[in-house]
Amino acid sequence: MKKKKLAGAFLSLTLAAGVLAGCSGSGSSEKSSGDGDTIKIGVNLELSGGVASYGQSIAEGLELATAEINKEGIDGKKIKLIKVDNKSEASEATSGAIKLTSQDQVAAIVGAATSTNSIAQVQIAQDNKVPVISPSGTSPEITFSKDKLNDYIFRTSFIDPFQGTVAANFATKEIKAKSAAIYIDSSSDYSKGLAAAFKEQFEKNGGKIVAEEAYIAKDTDFRSTLTRLKSAKPDFIFLPGYYEEAGLIVKQARETGLDVPFMGGDGWDSPKLVEIAGPKALNNTFITNHYSSGDPDEKIQNFVSAFKAKYKDKSPDAFNALGYDTGYFLADAIKRAGSADSEKIKEALEKTKDLELVTGTFTLDEKHNPIKSATILEFKEGKQVFNTKINP
Amino acid sequence: MELIQQLINGVSLGSIYALIALGYTMVYGIVKLINFAHGDVFMVGSFVGFYSITVLDLSFVPALLISMTVCALFGVLIERIAYKPLRNATRIAALITAIGVSLLIEYGFIYVRGAQPEAYPNDVLPTDKFNIFGVSINSQSILIFGVAVVLMIILQIIVHKTKIGKAMRAVSFDADAAKLMGINVDNTISATFAIGSALAGAAGVIFGIYYIKIEPLMGVLPGLKAFVAAVLGGIGIIPGAMVGGLLLGVIEALVSAAGYSLWRDAVAFVVLILILIFMPQGLFGKNKKEKV
Repeated sequence: MKKKKLAGAFLSLTLAAGVLAGCSGSGSSEKSSGDGDTIKIGVNLELSGGVASYGQSIAEGLELATAEINKEGIDGKKIKLIKVDNKSEASEATSGAIKLTSQDQVAAIVGAATSTNSIAQVQIAQDNKVPVISPSGTSPEITFSKDKLNDYIFRTSFIDPFQGTVAANFATKEIKAKSAAIYIDSSSDYSKGLAAAFKEQFEKNGGKIVAEEAYIAKDTDFRSTLTRLKSAKPDFIFLPGYYEEAGLIVKQARETGLDVPFMGGDGWDSPKLVEIAGPKALNNTFITNHYSSGDPDEKIQNFVSAFKAKYKDKSPDAFNALGYDTGYFLADAIKRAGSADSEKIKEALEKTKDLELVTGTFTLDEKHNPIKSATILEFKEGKQVFNTKINP
Repeated sequence: MELIQQLINGVSLGSIYALIALGYTMVYGIVKLINFAHGDVFMVGSFVGFYSITVLDLSFVPALLISMTVCALFGVLIERIAYKPLRNATRIAALITAIGVSLLIEYGFIYVRGAQPEAYPNDVLPTDKFNIFGVSINSQSILIFGVAVVLMIILQIIVHKTKIGKAMRAVSFDADAAKLMGINVDNTISATFAIGSALAGAAGVIFGIYYIKIEPLMGVLPGLKAFVAAVLGGIGIIPGAMVGGLLLGVIEALVSAAGYSLWRDAVAFVVLILILIFMPQGLFGKNKKEKV
């Protein structure tokens, strides 16, 4: 036994020595960022595994932005992306962040796509003082957890509760709803967060919440609850769930004769929603999303055509847009920092103000969440159509 | 008016429970086995119906018949492979085997085709809405209730008017005596599994059309609820399963209507517990003394 333990200790010592040697070899004295004319940016994304489609979409958008930025360069320097695949797993995201900060000595990290994998990098980034920007992590916990700001962590997307606020403003201003009902998935924090924000804002706008009902993910029969909702006679129903149940609920609601507008968040954004609910039942329903490729705004249309030119006529989705914006968000900060030093980039990121990007013009708040507009999409015969943009 | 609408909601849900519960009750009546794989036969039926409609491009009635046939064969297969060798084993051995078969079907299915859900096409049956005195009735719920009633009537005719029905009743009464009278007990048991599974298959197709979304684990909860329905009506008694199913559907609808939708599943099992404590023989059961 004792022998084994000793051998183990010896092994780990040699390993540690190896790592240290590696560091001193490539790192030199100055912390961070490239030689003379390149700035190294780490990319820690879900390139394989369960949510690979998110990570790949972000990478495509980011690569497009990098190519555009590198045409002119930032003060003569070019951005070099160093990609690691976190395989959609939190532990891999952590070790990816370790590799990027210690071995590659990057100036900043972009990633990850999901909230869980972004949170997995927080400690490493804080310890090494390297800014991390999560392109699409929407959980408030990423930048602000346990009553403490994670000051090296940023994000490009809006946070979950924000969608509820936007939906409430849309209901009051565009639908002119006086009363609303809320129907939540009680097994999902996402759904509860959106609902709480919706309720707060809708009541602030002078509206009345006439009914609050809940279901649990995987339920299939909602008719009884919907009949109950119908008798409460709301002008508007907020349904912040995921597409599987949302599709069933909308379909069954229309069959019960509940014809009022329904609205959800980005959890509805899946082709399966249309399959389940059917295009007809989905008429008069709305979702909030990060962006729409159908938005007539010039900046967005320029992005859409540049994206189509690079990726064989593929229409960019919200993740593509967020990846693209993350590239410009970072480039803007590096330019203002005037150097590729991690600490200076972090300070510049914090001061981001009125930056015009594809997913909205944004300013960072004190919790490192961007304040920007959200896009409202309407379903028309099963197609998502751009409706309007709502500012917070 | 709201109450009437809620009753209609409950009856539609209840007729699906009733169809599944019939299979439980028939199998229990004849071999005293709770066939926990029954909910998964329901799932297989739903998928067979789905593929018949989408891949083979069939309409509702042929898809229903194909699904019932496939499920009947599947039920017999399960009985022959898993339960027949255990006919004289302890009841607990058979029960555990049933749970094993259930898990095998669920996860075998996921292994073969993946766990992602499918959506039934929206246009299999017309969906017209009738408004009668402010009560909105969907034509699908009427059709579904109708199909369930027709299948139950056919079942009653089979059990009470045909030779195989007579054999089933005899075997359920006393298997050994039936064997002495020259009844082929093995075939009779297989026939029972076939009929019960066919009904579960039909319930699967109806469920798919009514609730659209189907997935490999969809049979678990309806299976358990149907088991509750069977116990509620008195397990082993065919009319009891029908009434139990409809009653459970209505109870669930009323619980949701009262605003306790999150308690709906819990209430179904509270019903089970209450029935087991106060009326273990069920609504239709006779209080039989155990022979010592």
